[in-house]
Amino acid sequence: MGRVILQAESISKMYRLGLVSTKTLSHDVNRWWHTVRGKEDPYLKIGETNDRTTKGSSDYVWALKDINFQIQAGDTVGIIGRNGAGKSTLLKILSRVTKPTTGEIKIKGRVASLLEVGTGFHPELTGRENIFLNGAILGMRKKEIQSKLDQIIDFSGVERYIDTPVKRYSSGMYVRLAFAVAAHLESEILIVDEVLAVGDAEFQKKCLGKMGEVTGKEGRTVLFVSHNMAAVQSLCNKSILMQYGQILHYDQTAAVIKTYLNSGIKEGENLIADLSSAHRSAGKYKAIKKAWVENGKGEIVSRIMMGNALTIKFEFEFPDTLSNILVGFGIENDMGTRVTSLNNEISGDGAFTAIKSGVASLNFPTPNFIEGTYFISLSIVSNQNEWIDYIEQAIQFTVEEADVYGSGKLISSSQGTVFMKGSVKISEAK
Amino acid sequence: MENHNQEWDIVLKPNVSLFELNLKDVWKYRDLLFLLVKRDYVASFKQTILGPLWFFIQPILTTLVFVVIFGKVAKLGPDNMPVMLFYLSGVILWNYFSNCLTATASTFVSNASIFGKVYFPRLIMPLSVIISNLLKFAVQFAFFLLVYLYYLVKGEINFSFNAALVLSPVIVLMMAMLSLSFGLLISSLTTKYRDLTHLLTFGVQLLMYITPIILPASRFQGTFKYLLEINPMTGYIEAFRYAFVGSDFFTWGLLAYSVGVTVVLFFFAAMTFNKVEKSFMDTV
Repeated sequence: MGRVILQAESISKMYRLGLVSTKTLSHDVNRWWHTVRGKEDPYLKIGETNDRTTKGSSDYVWALKDINFQIQAGDTVGIIGRNGAGKSTLLKILSRVTKPTTGEIKIKGRVASLLEVGTGFHPELTGRENIFLNGAILGMRKKEIQSKLDQIIDFSGVERYIDTPVKRYSSGMYVRLAFAVAAHLESEILIVDEVLAVGDAEFQKKCLGKMGEVTGKEGRTVLFVSHNMAAVQSLCNKSILMQYGQILHYDQTAAVIKTYLNSGIKEGENLIADLSSAHRSAGKYKAIKKAWVENGKGEIVSRIMMGNALTIKFEFEFPDTLSNILVGFGIENDMGTRVTSLNNEISGDGAFTAIKSGVASLNFPTPNFIEGTYFISLSIVSNQNEWIDYIEQAIQFTVEEADVYGSGKLISSSQGTVFMKGSVKISEAK
Repeated sequence: MENHNQEWDIVLKPNVSLFELNLKDVWKYRDLLFLLVKRDYVASFKQTILGPLWFFIQPILTTLVFVVIFGKVAKLGPDNMPVMLFYLSGVILWNYFSNCLTATASTFVSNASIFGKVYFPRLIMPLSVIISNLLKFAVQFAFFLLVYLYYLVKGEINFSFNAALVLSPVIVLMMAMLSLSFGLLISSLTTKYRDLTHLLTFGVQLLMYITPIILPASRFQGTFKYLLEINPMTGYIEAFRYAFVGSDFFTWGLLAYSVGVTVVLFFFAAMTFNKVEKSFMDTV
C-alpha cells in the first residue's frame, strides 16, 4: 500500500435541471431565506439517483452522490461507466473546475488536469507562443516550458510549422501540438479525460505510450476516464466503475471491467428488447416478440469481449402453426456494413417442423467480430418464400477490445472489419 | 487512521471563507499573467499594417472630435486650460477605465470555455486585462506628455510641481482598481443573471456624462453637480488634471472620497468574486 495522495470524503454534486429563468431567482431568494433562518437548504434534501431514463419529480438532481475513495501515490486509476454515470462531474471537481455541493477532497502535491487538449490556444499566436501559453494555463512555469521546449516540439512532430499561427494548422497538427504540451506536464497527479478520442490511431498510440511512461517511470498518479476498455485495461492497475453518480466497484482493473461488462443498464432493462411493437420492414404478422444476446455462460448481456462465444436469441409467436419456416439473422457493424448473416438453411440445420411459438437462436462459438457496436436484423420467412416478419437492426450489442492473439497487442476496428486468427512468420529464402 | 495526520496541499470543500482570495496561488501563476498580457498585445496587432499605432489613433481621433464639437462648435470646453489637453487627458483616462470595466465585466462569460476545462486562479484573467490596458494607457500617456510639452514650450501653460503629480501613478492605479471592482462585481452577478450585461454599455456611457470628460466640472449645476460629486471617477480625473494642468474643482477631500469608495467596493467585489468563482461553471 502506497501513501494516500488523494482522498475524497462523501463528495456529492447537485445540479439544477432545466433553464436558468426567473424561477431561478425565486429559488435563490427562498434558499437564501432558509439559510438566514439557519434552516436546511430546501432544495438540497431532494435526493434521487441520477437515472436519466425516468423523469424525476424534482428539478434538482444528484450528479454525484456520496462518493468516497482514496488513491495511492503511483496508481493509475481508470474511471469507467456509461454516459451520465458522473465520471466527468467527478473529474471536474477533482480538477477544481467546480466545487462539490457537499464533502471534501484532500490532495497532496500538484494536480494537472487534461479535460481537453489545447485549452486556451489562441488561433492568432504561433505554435511556439501557444506552447508557452497553454503550458502556463496548465500550471507550468515559464522556465519549465523553456527547458522542455525542444522535447515538446519534437514530440508534436510539427517542427516545420512551429512559427506559424495555429489557425493555419490542420486539426491533426493542432491536437498533436496540444497533446505534446500536456504530455510534458510535471505534476504529482494527472487527470485525463477522453482526450485521446481525437487524433489519428498512430498518434493515439504514441499518447498512450507516453502516458504509460508517465506512470511507469516517474511514479506519477494518473486518473484516466475512458470508454476505451482496452486502453483502461492496458494502462490502469485499478479502476473505479461509476453508475448513477455512485461508485459501483473500485478494485483491480480486471475485476472492475468484468463487473462493467456484466452490469446491465438496469436489471433486465434494455438487455431483452421488447419488439412486439417495433417497426417492421416487411412481414405479415408481428411475430417476433423479444430478442436478446447471451454470452457463453448463457447470461444475458449487452457486451462481450472479442472472440468470446455469443448467442443471439429471439422469441416468436404465430397466429397459427407454421412449418418449414426459415429463421435468419443479419449482423451489421456501426458503419452499416453487413458483416455476416445466417439462416437455418445455409447453416445446414435444416427445416423446422410445425410450430406456433418458440425461441430461435444463433450461436457463434468463436466469433471474429472486431471491437465495436453491432446491430442485429431478425427475419422469419415462410416456406412459400414470403416475409412473415422482418425487423432491421432490432437489437444491438457491443464487442469490447481484447487481446485475442495473446500478444499483449490489440487489433482495433481501424485495422479491419473482422479479425482472423492467424500467425505471421518470416523464413530464410532457400 | 494515520491519513488524517497527513499534511494536505489542497483541500477542496463546498464552502470557503469569504476573504480567502488565494493571492498565493495568483503569485504562483504570475507567468501565466504575463503570457496572457503578451497574448493580448500580440493578438490585437496580428494582421494589421499600422500595428501598435492603433494605440494612438483611436484616442487622438476621439479627442479631435471632442475638441471640434464640444470645444469649438458648442463652446462647452474649459476656460482655464488648452482645450486639447483637457479632452486628451479625459479621453485616455476614461478609455482606460471603461475598457477595463467592460472587459473584466465579461470575465466569466467570455472565458467559460477555458474555465470549464482547467483550474488556475480565476483572478488572473481580469488582472491580465487590467495590465494589458495599463500598457496601452502608458503609451497613450506618453503621447499626452508630448502634447503637454508642446503647450509648455509654447507657454500656454505653466509647470507647477505639486503632490498630486508625484501621486499620479497611484491615482491611475486606484482608478484601475475601481474599474476592476466594478468589473468583478458585474462579472460575478452575470454568471447567473445576464441582465446586467445589457445594462453595462449603456451604464458606462451614462457614467461618462456625469464625469468631467466632455464638460468641465465647473459647468455642472444643481442635481448634476451632486451626481458629479458622488461619482468616484470624478476624484481621479480631476486629481490627474490637477497634477498636470491644474483644476479648479479638485480638493484632497474629493480624492480621499474616491479612494474610500474604491477600497470598500474592492473588498465587496473580491468577496463576491471569491464566492462565485468556485461554482460559476454550473450556472454560466
